[in-house]
Amino acid sequence: MDTYSVMREFADSWMLLALTVFFVGVIVWALRPGSAKDHRDTANIPFRHEDKPAGTEDGATCRKEART
Amino acid sequence: MWDYVKIAVLGVIAVFAAVAAFMARDMAYMVHAVIILLVTGGLAAWTVRGLGAPKPAVDRTGYMDDVIRAGVIATCFWGVVGFAAGTFIASQLAFPGLNFEWASGYMNFGRLRPLHTSAVIFAFGGNALIATSFYVVQRTSAARLWGGNLAWFVFWGYQLFIVLAATGYLLGSTQSKEYAEPEWYTDIWLTVIWVTYLAIFMGTIFKRKEPHIYVANWFYLSFIVTVAMLHLINNLSLPVSIWGSKSVQVFSGVQDAMTQWWYGHNAVGFFLTAGFLGMMYYFVPKQAERPVYSYKLSIIHFWALIFLYIWAGPHHLHYTALPDWAGTLGMVFSVMLWMPSWGGMINGLMTLSGAWDKIRTDPVIRMMVVAVGFYGMSTFEGPMMSIRAVNSLSHYTDWTIGHVHSGALGWNGMITFGALYFLAPRLWNRERLYSTTLVSWHFWLATIGIVLYAASMWVTGIMEGLMWREVDAQGFLVNSFADTVAAKHPMYIVRALGGGMYVTGALIMCYNIWKTATSAPAKQATPVAAPAE
Repeated sequence: MDTYSVMREFADSWMLLALTVFFVGVIVWALRPGSAKDHRDTANIPFRHEDKPAGTEDGATCRKEART
Repeated sequence: MWDYVKIAVLGVIAVFAAVAAFMARDMAYMVHAVIILLVTGGLAAWTVRGLGAPKPAVDRTGYMDDVIRAGVIATCFWGVVGFAAGTFIASQLAFPGLNFEWASGYMNFGRLRPLHTSAVIFAFGGNALIATSFYVVQRTSAARLWGGNLAWFVFWGYQLFIVLAATGYLLGSTQSKEYAEPEWYTDIWLTVIWVTYLAIFMGTIFKRKEPHIYVANWFYLSFIVTVAMLHLINNLSLPVSIWGSKSVQVFSGVQDAMTQWWYGHNAVGFFLTAGFLGMMYYFVPKQAERPVYSYKLSIIHFWALIFLYIWAGPHHLHYTALPDWAGTLGMVFSVMLWMPSWGGMINGLMTLSGAWDKIRTDPVIRMMVVAVGFYGMSTFEGPMMSIRAVNSLSHYTDWTIGHVHSGALGWNGMITFGALYFLAPRLWNRERLYSTTLVSWHFWLATIGIVLYAASMWVTGIMEGLMWREVDAQGFLVNSFADTVAAKHPMYIVRALGGGMYVTGALIMCYNIWKTATSAPAKQATPVAAPAE
């Protein structure tokens, strides 16, 4: 078979399957039970370390600060 | 030691540029060689003068914000240049006399049009993306920018790219690919800049102190990586001579067209959408002072957007030599893009839930909300126009231009203005913006300008689409092309008026940011949360 046909067949079958499985997997991973706490913590990242990087003068670690 | 290496490298490039200027086969190449000679020569001389002088100590514990300040200034500058160029070419279409005889071949519509598109997309949008991504990645990684002065290399290198591209367009150096007009050596230079940009961004993420990578960084990273891939593949070309600007594309025919629109649509998808969504996911929550509505939705938004966008390009080539199946594929993926786009819009808007009053009191948040609204509107319009039957009416008409501008002026422009108003007081350490009244003026001028622009282009686009396809009882076309041009004149004037209002708003913003940096009250150093003992 010529290159085009080989690649076309691969794209139409295994690659399509792999991409679809990955995509569905991402959605399942995002919605997995127990992810809400992680997501809440991550969503609050912009409200920490506005003025200085972590580990400088304030000395607080990221996780701890999130709880306050 | 490093200084000597720098002088040697700059010297070699300067000598090469001098030879290139002498050997040049065309005007654009010669001008570019002279520009490079002046830049590298000047830098070499400057480095020689600084030899042995003590280096100023740099505080490396804080965030690197000086390059972001420069980025904000560059964004404002190129924004005004790009909007003014757009308003001028819009006026040229309304009043052809503005294609001056004395500037023919340099300042006519055909030469200025790519200057306008590249100035707004790559100069204004690109500088905004680079500056905000540097700001956001530092804050959300809780780490200083990786690579030290490499960030300055990216900033100034990118400005040089813009200057080379812009002067090239005016002098006729173009490879005739929309949004990818710069010739081979300018493309190579941009590749160097872009890889360095990627390294800085990735390096900062690698040394982050937060366990998770915030969603804005995902969007910024997909923008940087995808643009690198698009740029490399769409610009595969062989220079005719190393002493000339002309090059020949490796692809030809319909493959070239497909590669170009794979590039073109993903430039919209990843430069103007993914990158600016990175802005939205940081600056909207910050300005609203509440976290994003749904972080889960933002993850699904990200993956769905990048999985679908990459296939949408063929909808630019309906009714061409491109096979129908490819067009149908592009169309189906474009329609599916509705879902992530609107998911993202809802996520942005609902971030304000519980704080809707801010729309009334805070003109900056109003700007961001209108930006997200226009994002939703143009991502509704786009899939609709990608449907083959609709495209047969809309393609090659001004409807397309109206659609692009409701996205570019409404979404990209407004979210950038919002981000700049957020950044200005923080970067220059001020208590607040110089004037929120001026922000309101900017908001209304820009919004009404966009409405005039988009509405006039809908009317003229659908009108000319209908006029082009109108046939009489014998099957003859009723209208000549010149008939449609004459019929469009009033709408062209309205469009130029809208553009004029938009550029006026941008000038007001520049004044406001200038005054914020120079004369707004300085921020008081107050302990934010002193522990009660």
